[in-house]
Amino acid sequence: MILSNFRSWALDEAPASRSQATWGSAYRVWLSLRRNPLSMIGLAIILAFVALSLAAPLLAPYDPAAQDLGNRLAASSGAHWFGTDELGRDVLSRLLYGGRVTLGMVVAVVVLVAPIGLGIGCIAGYFGGAVDTALMRLTDIFLAFPRLILALAFVAAMKPGVESAILAIALTAWPPYARLARAETLTVRGSDFIAACRLTGASPWRIILRHVMPLCTPSLIVRVTLDMSSIIITAASLGFLGMGAQPPSPEWGAMIATAKRFIFDQWWVATVPGIAIFLVSLAFNFLGDGLRDVLDPKGR
Amino acid sequence: MLAEIDNLRISFPTPSGFYEAVRGVSLKLGQEKLGIVGESGSGKSLTARALMRLLPSQARIEADTLRFDGIDILSASEQQMRAVRGKRAGFILQDPKYSLNPVKSIGALVAEVWRLHKGGSRREAMEAAINLLEQVKIRDPHRVAKSYPHEISGGMGQRVMIAMMLAPDPEMLIADEPTSALDATVQAEILRLIEELVSERGMGLLLISHDLPLVSHFCDRVMVMYAGRVVEELAASELSSAHHPYTRGLLDCIPSLSRPQERLSVLNRDPAWANP
Amino acid sequence: MIDVENLRVRFGSREAVKGVSFSVGQGDCFGVVGESGSGKSTILRVLAGLYDDWSGKVAFGGEAVGPRRQRAFFRKVQMVFQDPYGSLHPRQTIDRILSELPLVHGMDDIDGRILRALDAVALPRAARFRFPHQLSGGQRQRVAIARALIAEPEVLLLDEPTSALDVSVQAEILNLLADLRRERGLTYLLVSHNLAVVAHLCSHVGVMYGGEMVELTDAATLREGRVSHPHTQELRRLSVELEETGN
Repeated sequence: MILSNFRSWALDEAPASRSQATWGSAYRVWLSLRRNPLSMIGLAIILAFVALSLAAPLLAPYDPAAQDLGNRLAASSGAHWFGTDELGRDVLSRLLYGGRVTLGMVVAVVVLVAPIGLGIGCIAGYFGGAVDTALMRLTDIFLAFPRLILALAFVAAMKPGVESAILAIALTAWPPYARLARAETLTVRGSDFIAACRLTGASPWRIILRHVMPLCTPSLIVRVTLDMSSIIITAASLGFLGMGAQPPSPEWGAMIATAKRFIFDQWWVATVPGIAIFLVSLAFNFLGDGLRDVLDPKGR
Repeated sequence: MLAEIDNLRISFPTPSGFYEAVRGVSLKLGQEKLGIVGESGSGKSLTARALMRLLPSQARIEADTLRFDGIDILSASEQQMRAVRGKRAGFILQDPKYSLNPVKSIGALVAEVWRLHKGGSRREAMEAAINLLEQVKIRDPHRVAKSYPHEISGGMGQRVMIAMMLAPDPEMLIADEPTSALDATVQAEILRLIEELVSERGMGLLLISHDLPLVSHFCDRVMVMYAGRVVEELAASELSSAHHPYTRGLLDCIPSLSRPQERLSVLNRDPAWANP
Repeated sequence: MIDVENLRVRFGSREAVKGVSFSVGQGDCFGVVGESGSGKSTILRVLAGLYDDWSGKVAFGGEAVGPRRQRAFFRKVQMVFQDPYGSLHPRQTIDRILSELPLVHGMDDIDGRILRALDAVALPRAARFRFPHQLSGGQRQRVAIARALIAEPEVLLLDEPTSALDVSVQAEILNLLADLRRERGLTYLLVSHNLAVVAHLCSHVGVMYGGEMVELTDAATLREGRVSHPHTQELRRLSVELEETGN
């Protein structure tokens, strides 16, 4: 009853107030997202992994750090669904707890990176001239180094750990976003609707924030979702080199990295976290694709 | 008869069923100049594109007759259509800026089209290109042939487009808003050029435009389209005695230079025009 | 109301406007006619404060303005662009587009202002929360006019406001502009390539050719054909020639 009332209120063709219109367009985004099966699959997978990670203390059958050296590298069984690793720790429990670390890292990196890249790119593109040159040369410097090497240098300068790894990945991941946002900004900078915004007397900052950035966001979302897997892998590589999540804290990338040595004999130890990374990356890609489509009001 | 259309219907799928954009248009075109006039969304461009089968693939085309020089367009193979498009019928579009390959010189562009249809050596093709540029009244064809699309004006670009269309000696020209991106002085020159070439070569011309006075100035016959239908068809010289209220309304709402008006008359759309 | 003296604009090595002077009285409509590249739109953009690089004197209501404008300037002078497809933000609702200027200027009663602006341009209130692509070309141009009116300006700069529209819609928009000018005592500066449109709306006309204003005349003289510059004569001849076919 309440739901159907909300539905007819939100989908009213002639909304009476601004909040009704906002709810209406948000509801329409949801409706068209729901029509896209791939993005709904993506959303379901992501929500499932988030829920499992949050509920890890309730679901995990063992302590993720509890070692049982007598039962190392055991195959799948009733006691250990996904087997045990090289120190006899339960892989399922480590996977559940590891989701907290890995997903947390990914989200933290994205939250840090997207606004930085978007901001720098839009500012460079909108102002042009010396500002553009300065910001883009800075971007080029960061782009010139391989991501992992630069991240390693950053972590080495700080103290190894999850927080440092997040910061290091964020610092090295923003340049492509800045480039993308700048290119998008350049295409709209000369348009009449931006000229019309300038004629309201709005400051350049207001124009960038309220009018330019929203136009750059959809392509950024797609780029971010495509980058998810590479962020996880960078985090894993840092972990492997001892610069990321510190043992015994479980992290999917680090789990794969340590299991590499016996990947041919005890394949499940590396495969289970690998499947988790694969599923999450794929889910983010599906969701990102769907979001890009529905966020364009012309597509609705 | 060059083109023969009888009861043409074009519809597009939408979430709520098929939307009919062209609803039963019939026309016959011989070696004459026919103008199709209508507002945006009236279906005038779709009609012309259907004749060359240049519509997007989701469009549904139905017609009792749709023929170009005896060839049934609806059942023709893609190979047959390629022999018609460009070779026997030329298509001139609104904005030459987007139709000319920016990395090739004007001469190379025209020569390429000539060779595609006529064969022959590169030298012959280049000579033919210069000759074609002369025919479209470009004053210094050798210099223009060496320049690139971004270096020439809009009017010159449209002349080059026409030269390219003329290369295979087509029997018919379809011009879709050929001058609406151009200035008034250039617009008149280009239309006069098209008119002359069509008369000299004995071609058929289908001129599509939103500008009723302009079309009637350059064509023998005018068809007025509204909401996917032809509402009136008349000889261009009889435009002043048009009967249909829509045609009259279109003429009346144009501001006039010679007769000052306090207010412009506004078109009051009668739903009956769409469904007679 | 508008005084322009010896305005010069350069784009790199090319001079687009070569010393143009004219003035427009309070409540008048001044039309600038010319072909593409004649510099007519450039003048308008300089007056609106969209170009920085120019020299000469520009004054509104006796107050000289420089390349950089104060925020209050935009309450006094507003502009309507040629292309209603390109001048409205594609991802904002009409409500967002119209509320931008009142928000920037901290005006009160934004809801009331938006509804009054929609009424003034005869747009249905139901259009308020639509997106630009859901409206027709004529409706979009009405939104653009409403956006300019919401500032309650004294001067409207009109850059080919009807050339992207069908003639029947053009008539509606021209009538609307004429009514608004009468009701609100607005001063118009209209740029167009269409001589008949300019003569219909404006009392005074300036003809631009190659960056110079080659002729200054009034609408009545233009109608009678007592113009001296060959370019003006040519434009007039073409316009009359086409008109005669229709009558």
